[in-house]
Amino acid sequence: MAVKIVAEKCKGCSKCIDSCPFSAIVMENKIAVIGDACTGCGVCVDECPFDAIEKTDETVKKDLSDYKGVWVFAEQREGQIMPVVIELLGEARKLAAEIGTEVSAVLCGENVDSMTDELFAFGADQVYFADHPELKNYRTDAYTKVIKEAIEKFKPEIVLLGATHIGRDLGPCLAVKCDTGLTADCTKLEIDPEDKKIRQTRPAFGGNLMATIICPNHRPQMSTVRPGVMDKAEHVPGRKGKAIKLDVSFEDNEIRTKIIKMVKETGELASLIDAEFIISGGMGLGNPDGFELLKNLAEKLGGTIASSRACVDAGWIDHSYQVGQTGTTVKPKIYFACGISGAIQHLAGMQSSDYIIAINKNENAPIFEVADYGIVGDLYEVIPTILEELNRSS
Amino acid sequence: MKILVCVKQVPDTNEVKIDPVKGTLIREGVPSILNPDDANALEAALAIKDTEPNVTVSVLTMGPPQASEMLRECLAMGADDAYLLSDRAFGGADTWSTSNTLAAGIRKIGDLDIIFAGRQAIDGDTAQVGSQTAQRLDVPVVTYVQDIELQGDKVIVQRQMEDGYELIEVATPCLLTAVKELNEPRYMSISNIVNACKKEITVWGHEDINLSPENCGLKASPTQVFRSFTPASKGKGEMLNGTVKEMSTSLISKLKGLHVI
Repeated sequence: MAVKIVAEKCKGCSKCIDSCPFSAIVMENKIAVIGDACTGCGVCVDECPFDAIEKTDETVKKDLSDYKGVWVFAEQREGQIMPVVIELLGEARKLAAEIGTEVSAVLCGENVDSMTDELFAFGADQVYFADHPELKNYRTDAYTKVIKEAIEKFKPEIVLLGATHIGRDLGPCLAVKCDTGLTADCTKLEIDPEDKKIRQTRPAFGGNLMATIICPNHRPQMSTVRPGVMDKAEHVPGRKGKAIKLDVSFEDNEIRTKIIKMVKETGELASLIDAEFIISGGMGLGNPDGFELLKNLAEKLGGTIASSRACVDAGWIDHSYQVGQTGTTVKPKIYFACGISGAIQHLAGMQSSDYIIAINKNENAPIFEVADYGIVGDLYEVIPTILEELNRSS
Repeated sequence: MKILVCVKQVPDTNEVKIDPVKGTLIREGVPSILNPDDANALEAALAIKDTEPNVTVSVLTMGPPQASEMLRECLAMGADDAYLLSDRAFGGADTWSTSNTLAAGIRKIGDLDIIFAGRQAIDGDTAQVGSQTAQRLDVPVVTYVQDIELQGDKVIVQRQMEDGYELIEVATPCLLTAVKELNEPRYMSISNIVNACKKEITVWGHEDINLSPENCGLKASPTQVFRSFTPASKGKGEMLNGTVKEMSTSLISKLKGLHVI
């Protein structure tokens, strides 16, 4: 879909120039001209008071009816299914119900057949599994080859991957190998009720803009989905499905990277995504020791601490604690934003929390715009008082 | 040794604000910058040039003519030469198209030992173009690289994971995508700024890189933007009043009332 200017209707008012997020429009002889930077986002179409900008659909329709079913990449690490897979299966079930098709998981690893029951219990109708010593740990070349071959053979219409450091590595490689599109870091997936194609919504422009992306003429339609965004699939113990073994063989030097060792540095990530209470700190803490105070409140509530990007950049805390556009997306029951101003990139990672409580000295801080309850004050006074109150009332 | 760094000129999205009345993006006064992760990629290349003999560092971008300003900045940081892929036909590209165009440009430059790219650009945040370019060039790729050590014709890299890292060995030629933990990008130097002004930037269109217009830009993009909108604000809640003690008491009783604690 591209946009074009209808020169006869354009009055040269320049409103489109102001509206364009990509600075792609210029005025030439008092008529708007769309430049190279245009992404076809269509913001200008709605903005034009004279209906002088139109969307055009130039692409040819292809027969895509061979492609059926929703697939989920069942990412496992050290024999454990990643939590995002359960979320993807939940989402895949909803999408499949709307299309009227089945859900499959695709699983790679060594001795993975024991994991298939878990995937059935979480809603997979089929599990395609590849079992090979070379697949024990994720490597780009190995996983890309196996899953690309499976996609070519079984032709799914939708493939979902978690936007983890592995999914975001595998997804782009698969998309090129399968000659299709991929939409990164989706936060919402819907099925178009008319044509049953997927609409993928994701934050762009640092979270300042949401874009809904379609992949109309290529299959499969592929998305990576941010962990922590979708609801987990229901666990039905004993639910059965069909396991289908994939043929796997590798030639010498086909897998071009070697893992020398795997080093674990923190164990906090899972708890950040699953935490019901998150006490998050920003530059308003003044120094790294401030996180100790936040830890007290986190311990009291049974939650965990987190941080804004600024604190990570300042070296106050490890990046695995970072919430936001380039960090982790969280949706706890309560998110305490302590001394966090509320940059849009931060909001992108936490604004679907059930309740947001903002504590900030600056009453004009943008964080108060999204907070359910706002307290203007010094967090070093407010948090100890909240702790006292909690201790008194419990 | 020949190193190429793929870079992108991006609007500084940290400076973008939303018009509170109209709910639209305010672009005015938003500077265009070298994408932050790409600055780390360039620094990694320049650090190799600092320590190894006979290293040339080239920078490559796809973008409108004004992207040459950013390429001059890269030259002023110490890159040896710069290539700009600029053509109306490249416009509106998604990651499929962008990687196809970059790969065609890289093939024309030829004979590279290491290709660096940033993990992701701050305007799109997709983290797809590096990996996809590597697939098209049929070279191995390691993403999220936070440490690099050269060992002859091999590179030992740390690949950042959510909870640590993997130590990975990969043979050159290869493509590596950089994260900010990799290094601290240098500033432009006065002597390099002077040199940068004298250097020619090579500009190529689709014919120069043997790419037909059907295989680049919006036309070749499998994904299309169906619509764009500014995210709905959650809406302002309640500001608590009174002393710290009163506000804290009120907060706790409200949360208890909602049965969330």
